[in-house]
Amino acid sequence: MRVLVPVKRVIDYNVKVRVKSDGSGVDLSNVKMSMNPFDEIAVEEAIRLKEAGKVTEIVVVSIGVKQAQETLRTALAMGADRAILIEASADVHNDIEPLSVAKLLAKIVAQENPDLVLCGKQAIDNDMNATGQMLSALLGWSQATFASEVALEDGAAVVTREVDGGLQKIKVKLPAIVSVDLRLNEPRYATLPSIMKAKKKPLTIQTPEELGVEITPRHELISTSEPPQRSAGVIVKDVNELIAKLKDEAGVI
Amino acid sequence: MSVLLLAEITNGALSLDQTAKAVTAVQALGDITILCAGNACSDAAAMAATLAGVSKVLCADDILYGNDLAEPVAALVVALADSFSHIVAPATASAKNILPRVSALLDVMVISDVTEVVDPETFDRPIYAGNAIQRIKSLDTQKVLTVRTAGFSAAAQTSSAPIENLAVAQDPGLSTWIEDKVQQSDRPELTSAKIVVSGGRGVGSLEHFKIIEALADKLDAAVGASRAAVDSGYAPNDWQVGQTGKVVAPELYIAAGISGAIQHLAGMKDSKIIVAINKDEDAPIFQVADYGLVADLFDVVPALTEAV
Ligand SMILES: Cc1cc2nc3c(=O)[nH]c(=O)nc-3n(C[C@H](O)[C@H](O)[C@H](O)COP(=O)(O)OP(=O)(O)OC[C@H]3O[C@@H](n4cnc5c(N)ncnc54)[C@H](O)[C@@H]3O)c2cc1C
Ligand SMILES: Nc1ncnc2c1ncn2[C@@H]1O[C@H](COP(=O)(O)O)[C@@H](O)[C@H]1O
Repeated sequence: MRVLVPVKRVIDYNVKVRVKSDGSGVDLSNVKMSMNPFDEIAVEEAIRLKEAGKVTEIVVVSIGVKQAQETLRTALAMGADRAILIEASADVHNDIEPLSVAKLLAKIVAQENPDLVLCGKQAIDNDMNATGQMLSALLGWSQATFASEVALEDGAAVVTREVDGGLQKIKVKLPAIVSVDLRLNEPRYATLPSIMKAKKKPLTIQTPEELGVEITPRHELISTSEPPQRSAGVIVKDVNELIAKLKDEAGVI
Repeated sequence: MSVLLLAEITNGALSLDQTAKAVTAVQALGDITILCAGNACSDAAAMAATLAGVSKVLCADDILYGNDLAEPVAALVVALADSFSHIVAPATASAKNILPRVSALLDVMVISDVTEVVDPETFDRPIYAGNAIQRIKSLDTQKVLTVRTAGFSAAAQTSSAPIENLAVAQDPGLSTWIEDKVQQSDRPELTSAKIVVSGGRGVGSLEHFKIIEALADKLDAAVGASRAAVDSGYAPNDWQVGQTGKVVAPELYIAAGISGAIQHLAGMKDSKIIVAINKDEDAPIFQVADYGLVADLFDVVPALTEAV
């Protein structure tokens, strides 16, 4: 069985974000970019399923600028078999919306016929948490979001989901979309030999035009601003002083 | 303009706090109809009908809607969507599962985690773990949005809107529920508590987390945790506060043994008063704390529990 894993190139989660002074967005020139952390987990899960003999091929796909090839190479070095880049923009500041991403992925699904799509729960740049659910809707497939455990059975996946009250276990018919949460696994690092080997793995490039998908944004950006900043308060010397402050100054206890 | 608001319902019961805050957030957008979808949810519908500003409640009471499965609930919402300009829900795990699906079925781009409704087409939402706020105008004719409730006050219960029972929409038959693993607790809800006491990796073990819980119980507070504490098995997943966990804005947030990574701050930096307890005086959490205590949490947390 074949698994498709969409991986997004995003600002590295350790980088301190800087809002551009003209309000047009966040500065992404010359900052470290990495694979979205949730997508690393999705790639890792696909590789583990392959190692367990349940999956035969892992195809990774990224949508964005041509530099996303680096992200795809990372996934190939981790252990994916093949990569597809959909070059949808020349400008790193132009983020493709989840609805468009889902439409593009639906076309790739039609080409590749995977039995399972493993995507991240959310991209840590736009924090949308939407693409997997949207793709599932467009395909009319079942969905299991926020997975912390995935087990494949005959024609179905049993997924434990992280929900507000704790955990929920559901069974979804395949083909399905599963979006992965942080506690599903710990992704491996690519070794040097595998990085070398990944350079020879196939990577094809397509465009939204070729796929016949319209990607005009539905959200018009009015402005991007800094959130209100908190400033450091005071250091208290002991528990008694803390309690006095909380009672008399802040009035919260 | 008119709003269809998907109520937050768990095991047939209304989450009054989340739903009432979402009502406040979208009050200016027009007539509000609340949809209660659940199993044995008629009491939930009756309670939703009391919320000020609600003009009607639709009640879809069926076992099909009992476990928040995305496919049947999304199908129901889409079947009703035609007569509404805005489709809204509080940004809970359940709604984040369902509304993007609704949105794609309507060919609309979802607007996640709205913190402010500027006008019927314009919304603020945090991006990059809350390190930037984006103001966007939706060009879609229908809007589908989830509301981050922490910043809104709850609508009062002063109304008595009519309740209409709905027929069941079709079951797409794609998923089945197996079980829920939910911890019952007498503590206040994390997202609505006035006080939250959170522990991080510094707490060191599941057993030691009891000292965090003891302080919380003394203060009638909810318990929170950092991702590191949850990943290490000190606390259950539903206690996680942050970019990918819950977003809270209590009157008082006490962080013990938490370093203050941006992903954690994303979930609590709008709290009114923040207290940080950490033995490392350079921990970033002190940069957002109103009151900092540089100390070993194993000394000061029990002392605090004793003294308050
Ligand atoms: C995609 C992504 C999403 C994430 N989402 C979240 C999220 O939603 N929520 C979240 O919290 N994190 C999240 N994280 C993780 C985040 O980056 C940090 O790793 C995490 O918050 C660290 O948790 P911590 O502060 O408990 O642990 P640490 O950073 O290890 O800090 C432990 C602190 O405890 C202090 N300490 C140790 N012993 C004592 C003692 N005896 N007394 C007092 N102080 C002590 C130390 O000085 C230290 O400051 C996410 C990360 C990624 C990549
Ligand atoms: N541009 C993209 N390229 C590849 N995958 C993406 C892209 N955008 C979103 N995804 C996938 O969808 C998930 C959720 O993203 P989002 O809905 O934007 O929060 C990500 O973790 C990826 O798996």
